[in-house]
Amino acid sequence: MSVSKQQAHVPQTTGHVWDGDLQEYNNPLPNWWLIAFYTTVVFALVYWFIYPAWPIGGSYTKGFATITYTNDKGETKTVPWNTRALLMAETNKAEAMQKPYFDKIASTPFEQIAKDPELNSFVLSAGKTLFSDNCAPCHQQGGAGKVGFAPNLTDDDWLYGGHFAQIQQTITNGRHGYMPPFATVLDDKQMTELADYILSFEKIPVDPASAKAGDELFHSETAACYYCHGANAKGRQVIGSANLTDSIWLWANVPDAKTVADKEDAIKTVIRGGLNKGVMPTWKERLSPDQIKLLAVYVHDLGGGQ
Amino acid sequence: MFKHEWLETNIGLLAVATMLAISIGGLVEIAPLFFIKGTVEKVDGVRPYTPLELRGRDIYQREGCYLCHSQMIRPFRDEALRYGHYSLAAESQYDHPFQWGSKRTGPDLARVGKKYSNEWMVQHLVSPRSLVPQSVMPNFPWLLTTQLDYSDIKERMRALRVTGVPYSLTKAEYDANVKKFGADTANMLDINQAEKNLVKQAQDGNYDGDRSNISEMDALVAYLQVLGTMVDFRKYDDDEFVKYR
Repeated sequence: MSVSKQQAHVPQTTGHVWDGDLQEYNNPLPNWWLIAFYTTVVFALVYWFIYPAWPIGGSYTKGFATITYTNDKGETKTVPWNTRALLMAETNKAEAMQKPYFDKIASTPFEQIAKDPELNSFVLSAGKTLFSDNCAPCHQQGGAGKVGFAPNLTDDDWLYGGHFAQIQQTITNGRHGYMPPFATVLDDKQMTELADYILSFEKIPVDPASAKAGDELFHSETAACYYCHGANAKGRQVIGSANLTDSIWLWANVPDAKTVADKEDAIKTVIRGGLNKGVMPTWKERLSPDQIKLLAVYVHDLGGGQ
Repeated sequence: MFKHEWLETNIGLLAVATMLAISIGGLVEIAPLFFIKGTVEKVDGVRPYTPLELRGRDIYQREGCYLCHSQMIRPFRDEALRYGHYSLAAESQYDHPFQWGSKRTGPDLARVGKKYSNEWMVQHLVSPRSLVPQSVMPNFPWLLTTQLDYSDIKERMRALRVTGVPYSLTKAEYDANVKKFGADTANMLDINQAEKNLVKQAQDGNYDGDRSNISEMDALVAYLQVLGTMVDFRKYDDDEFVKYR
């Protein structure tokens, strides 16, 4: 069918003839295409007048469109259309919409925030976004943490304290974990004794005599563990030393070690080499105080807050 | 109708006309930027990379990081919320070539510097899925075990100097850098001290957590940790950079 249609239509030629019989068809563009083409030309002409377009020497035509925005000093400015001013205007608008909530968060005491249903849902939605981008890379989605890397935020064990203000402080200024290495201070047997002492809190079947020797060593001036971890080995939040009496482990992967000897080894590795990690960046330069307060509430309410 | 027979029958003329036609886009959109005042914003803090950061940048390019990561935060609200202040032209003025990229399979890295700890960077480069389960980024374990080759660091800096990056060779250039960037940075930009500076920065920074050697990881993490941190935006009004547009 298409063949007969083609045959019925005899196109004109351009009139050129090469080699006596080579001719060129002249098929004009369809009208719809031509109209669309000229429309884009007209569109471009209009566009050039509205938006920044043509370069002229050291400047360019700025266009007639304008953007009005308010800067942080409260000055309202109207400038020729550009994406940076557009961002300011859009940010103004979005901030105005969020402002009532952030103002309320700033003025509401921590404990009251979760009790206000509207404020709480704002914390949950904004907090989830902030947490996913900024916190989850280390603390994992949901705040479960990662043994050997970043602490769990959903349990009630806190290195630097789990009260609202302490969490806020941690987010604002960041943290840096440190424990000196004891490789040159203690011998292998002494480290095993200390490990047994610590494991005995967890009711793990270790040699009682060894654990007792570890107890003495822990509180002696030789190892002086109690300086940082406290006489009761429960840690001191002021310096971020770990509570060694619970069954929560961050650096030594005791839960995953199968045998008692492996558990001892996991702890001994930390004693031997010390720690100079557990670095949490400071967020005060990246997040606003209001965002940090909101995140403190969010993290507190992940389950472990005190 | 337009008679193009004269054009189509002169191959030389056709070639010239074709080249003119296809260069219009560049001439109109790119060339003027070199002449328009305010293309590169006047801003404090932007300096060329130190020797170690520069090697890190080379590794960034060698591993093809730019294929999945952009370094260009556009002035949109969603990008500002996630990545921070939009990128300035001034911030890539010493990048040859720039790493703006054109594809985001992974997140933008223009301001990734200081966002995460060095440990995180190392762990994440060696095994991304150990920290971000849904990540599709490949593992780069060899960065940690491969010694950094910095034998040709001076040549690399000298090559960039030709393109206009103010690494200094002569006393006069050094003095100009002291004036422009301060003595500490000027020392870092001195090609004659490049190797010493590189080793010192790697040792002091301890980016890969192992001071016993300088690995490629040291260089890459040093580079990543400086991205987007040179300009202190707190020093500027929030609309400071609108006036350049």
